[in-house]
Amino acid sequence: MGQTIIEKLVSAKIGRPAAAGDVVWLSQDVVTARDFGGASVVKNFLKAYGKDAQVFDRSRIRFTFDCNAPANTAGYATNQQICRDFAKQRGIKVHDVDAGIGSHLLIEQGLAFPGVTAIGTDSHYNILGAVGALGQGMGDVDVAYAFRNGQVWFEIPPTVRLNINGQLAANASAKDLTLSVVNHFGSGGLLGLAVEFYGDAVEKLNLPGRITLASMATEMSAVIALIPPEASVLKWLAERACVPVETMTADPDARYIDEVTLDLDVIEPMIACPYSPDNVRSVREVAAENIRLDTGFIGSCTNGRTEDYTAAFAQLEGGQVADGVTLKLVPATREVYAEMLYSGLLEKLFGVGALVHNQGCGGCAAGQVGMTGAGEVQVSTSNRNFRGKQGAGQTYLASPATVSASVRAGRIVVPEVKP
Amino acid sequence: MSEFTITGKAFPLLDEGGALIHNIDTDMIFHNKWLHLTKLEEMGPYALGNLQGYEDFPKRARPGMWVVAGRNFGAGSSRQQAVDCFKALGCVGIVAISVAPIYLRNAINAALPIVQVPDLAGAVELGDELVLDFDCGEIRNLRTELVLTPVPTISSIQAEIYRAGGLLKL
Repeated sequence: MGQTIIEKLVSAKIGRPAAAGDVVWLSQDVVTARDFGGASVVKNFLKAYGKDAQVFDRSRIRFTFDCNAPANTAGYATNQQICRDFAKQRGIKVHDVDAGIGSHLLIEQGLAFPGVTAIGTDSHYNILGAVGALGQGMGDVDVAYAFRNGQVWFEIPPTVRLNINGQLAANASAKDLTLSVVNHFGSGGLLGLAVEFYGDAVEKLNLPGRITLASMATEMSAVIALIPPEASVLKWLAERACVPVETMTADPDARYIDEVTLDLDVIEPMIACPYSPDNVRSVREVAAENIRLDTGFIGSCTNGRTEDYTAAFAQLEGGQVADGVTLKLVPATREVYAEMLYSGLLEKLFGVGALVHNQGCGGCAAGQVGMTGAGEVQVSTSNRNFRGKQGAGQTYLASPATVSASVRAGRIVVPEVKP
Repeated sequence: MSEFTITGKAFPLLDEGGALIHNIDTDMIFHNKWLHLTKLEEMGPYALGNLQGYEDFPKRARPGMWVVAGRNFGAGSSRQQAVDCFKALGCVGIVAISVAPIYLRNAINAALPIVQVPDLAGAVELGDELVLDFDCGEIRNLRTELVLTPVPTISSIQAEIYRAGGLLKL
């Protein structure tokens, strides 16, 4: 019988045919722990296996410090050092506080590509579906177990085949497409499922756009959103991986739990209003309510690539961030920071009033680049706007273009069409 | 009924209208400002500290309680503390209409019984005695005598890990 991508991927790993519903022990190509959860992984590991216990394969394990980087609380500093000490004793690589977001590092360093399995203590690890890999966020017990055994138990989820047809409006981007999808399914609308993405609106996305789309699978409680890489993405991955990279496709007679087609026609700028990522409306509609804002944030694993900052600058060129408003940038990785620095983009963004923070998750996880106070309104390119997550204020989620157009105007506005 | 059962009193998380709350995310369960905590025994006081109306949950919680919730319980981050904080308070397990995938794993791996019951709405009141039978996979409400049927997924692995006392003891 035909297989879906995830069935094929798991079958290849375990060496026998597997189907949705099967519970298997799944070996992992890459096992990582962040500074978030990492110290607990270490403590669990040492408690369960002994202080001199070795990991299953140090070359397949990494620490990635991105959550609170560099540590600005004593608790995080201690936790990071627990990880460093553990890593040093066992020859494990640490991507320290200067590296950037772990999931993005895996893509940049050629460790994630079609067929790869990876886990980490990051709920957005399913972002690796952007390159056809099975990434999963897991808690510190799973990861401690995998440090020792190189595998995790895994129930193969049923797959939804999702076709998205439509065209991005000239002032819209992958984030607007993504928010449209979240709007359709809602929080929990894809709970426990794998999703395969098809359709012309998806095929046209470049790699950063695919990262944006895959990153918000978590906000719909999906296990994984798999976007089959097309030629240009495969070429990019092949240049970075040390092994041959091939795409993995579903069989024509694969069995899906559901097939959904979204005909979105023209996708316009969208925005998720407080306090849920699925509280999505069009920016046009929200802009009519004349909502003033205090701060904008561009970054996160959803929108922290150079292309995102290029789109953001286009909205600010010739103007600047409005008086009384701040714009905070947190590039995803050191590579992104370097691209922005050496291309002159960083200077341009600084020139229009942006505050640039070091690479990492500083906009989300520990809120180092700023929490919101009661009454404060933030427009963010991140992926979550739960009540109280980022402080007492209100957070809207939107595209880099919408955020930067809005901080220029001092209120939520529709981004302009830029060449 | 088999010998492998877990009994506790229900503590439903309800909204102002008396309905089970959906989409209780990990920041409501265990807020990110406490993420540096790694000792289970320190986590109890922060359980549900960011869920409106339940900020005082740790004071109201008693050992031997089933936490009862709506759809998509535990959405959001992968933090194990969002499971461990309930263990710290002595909760016997979680019954929800549905549970977000990472949270489900974390609870199973920590040997905290967790079941998803699609027909849970209206079936459980505060203080009801609930008995989970791991072998037959049913949960019984002793007050109403109703048998609730959880979705069967991952039951074999869950029972195995539970018997071992957690994934790390397998």
